[in-house]
Amino acid sequence: MPDLTKIHEQFPILDQKINGSKLIYFDNGATTQKPVRVIDCEANFYRTTNANIHRGVHTLSRLATDQFEAARKTVAKHFHVANDQQIIFTAGTTDAINIVAEGLSKKYLQEGDEIILSSYEHHSNILPWQLWAQNNKGLLKVIPLKANHSLDYEAFEKLITPKTKLIAIGHVSNTLGVITDLERVTTIAKKHNLIVLVDGAQAVPHMAVDVEKLEVDFYVCSAHKLYGPTGVGVLWMSEKWLKDLPQTRAGGGTIKTVSFDKTEYVEGALRFEPGTPNIAGVISFAEAIKFADEIGMQTIFDHEHNLVQHAQKLLLEIPEIEIYGVDNHKAGVISFNVTGQHPFDVGTLLDKYGIAVRTGHHCTQPLMQCLNILGTVRISFAIYNTIEEVDFFVEKLKKVIRMLS
Amino acid sequence: MSIQEIEKEIIEEFEFFGEDWESKYEHLIDLGKSLPLIKSELKTDDRIIQGCQSRVWLNAEVKDDKIIFTADSDAIITKGMVALMIRVLSDQKPEDVVKATMGFVDKIGLKEHLSPTRANGLVSMINQMKKEALKRI
Repeated sequence: MPDLTKIHEQFPILDQKINGSKLIYFDNGATTQKPVRVIDCEANFYRTTNANIHRGVHTLSRLATDQFEAARKTVAKHFHVANDQQIIFTAGTTDAINIVAEGLSKKYLQEGDEIILSSYEHHSNILPWQLWAQNNKGLLKVIPLKANHSLDYEAFEKLITPKTKLIAIGHVSNTLGVITDLERVTTIAKKHNLIVLVDGAQAVPHMAVDVEKLEVDFYVCSAHKLYGPTGVGVLWMSEKWLKDLPQTRAGGGTIKTVSFDKTEYVEGALRFEPGTPNIAGVISFAEAIKFADEIGMQTIFDHEHNLVQHAQKLLLEIPEIEIYGVDNHKAGVISFNVTGQHPFDVGTLLDKYGIAVRTGHHCTQPLMQCLNILGTVRISFAIYNTIEEVDFFVEKLKKVIRMLS
Repeated sequence: MSIQEIEKEIIEEFEFFGEDWESKYEHLIDLGKSLPLIKSELKTDDRIIQGCQSRVWLNAEVKDDKIIFTADSDAIITKGMVALMIRVLSDQKPEDVVKATMGFVDKIGLKEHLSPTRANGLVSMINQMKKEALKRI
């Protein structure tokens, strides 16, 4: 077990009062707080090293380039990726999915093709595909949920037709916390020659991810959910796609030579990183990864698992509470409702006690339609959350239920 | 009563709770629960004011030169706020509604409900009430 008091101290934002109460931040699914070393790293870059990368011969430009490329290696190592050129920095998960969707639609997706998604996809892993489908007479098919809110994998295989080209699926549901059985998904996908994109936005903060072992085509995630800055994301693609995925965005940094007649593009990650990237963000993301790796992703998973188990046990003792996806193997997230109460009301009152939770549809409106609810209250954990915070939350939640009923 | 008089009355009513936010919210919840709001046949999609989280239905009609608002929301705290808005702006002359500053919301310590977050339909609700009033001047 990590020394939690020391970890808490590393997050200055947690040391404040909200509405007169100590802040309890349970909205980590939306974004995590940043340890002081990540904040310092970003500030220090601007204080000491700021220059553009891959362009200058001067010292600062070289230093900035070195740090940027070192960050690529840090990220690659974290995800057990041997070739760091497979780590492409993007503006975030959404940006990464859009890059893949734009690229595939140029060459690999034909009019009338089909794409399979899961019922619990985040909007960012629905909308780019929907946009493609609308413009290309394509069809989106959805893997249904079972009664216990896990995915119906048998139904997945039945959705596949000769026109099915791709499955885009979340590694962990941001709303339910359910962990997707990717091995099962890829076994089926391989049999039918499907391209597999995995949205790892909600998995990467909670657990160790060995991207190469997953045997998928694309894996995407965001820095800010893993103690890093906003506006940075990762697009990992297999060696095949690193060469074959058509480039849809061009600009400085992606080229070998340019003339008005013909331009030659570089190979590798830079081909997908046009323009000046979020240099300070990428470098401080690497610092965030070092922070997480020093604690250990397994330790983070175990700690959050304890919090989930503890919270779930206490919540199940409250008769008015309904938890979604309770029976599943899950990561750091609990979604629930208070019978007869609107999640907005529950969230508003918890905030008055300094407790930050997420309420609403969590950008998974199709899932809400599937469960036939308006929204949920979601608590999602990070390494700095504690059992005491969970106890305080449950105590105040009981009070909120009394106030509302 | 004029808009200003009603606002003053509400401010006094909430002053009674002082800094005790729990009682303040209990009062708001009671307001939400007890007020007869919109007729169910008027809860149509074209009357919805969409916030990210709670929905508000608003209907406006004119009676004796005054604008009458009825409304409802699916969240009880929002409904309590809606009840206050209606108490202030309904049964008033349209030109007075357009001019109303709604400063009382800040004074009763519930300003957070007017923050321009997407979660909140209340700012849109006030704008919609003013629009409806403007149409009738």
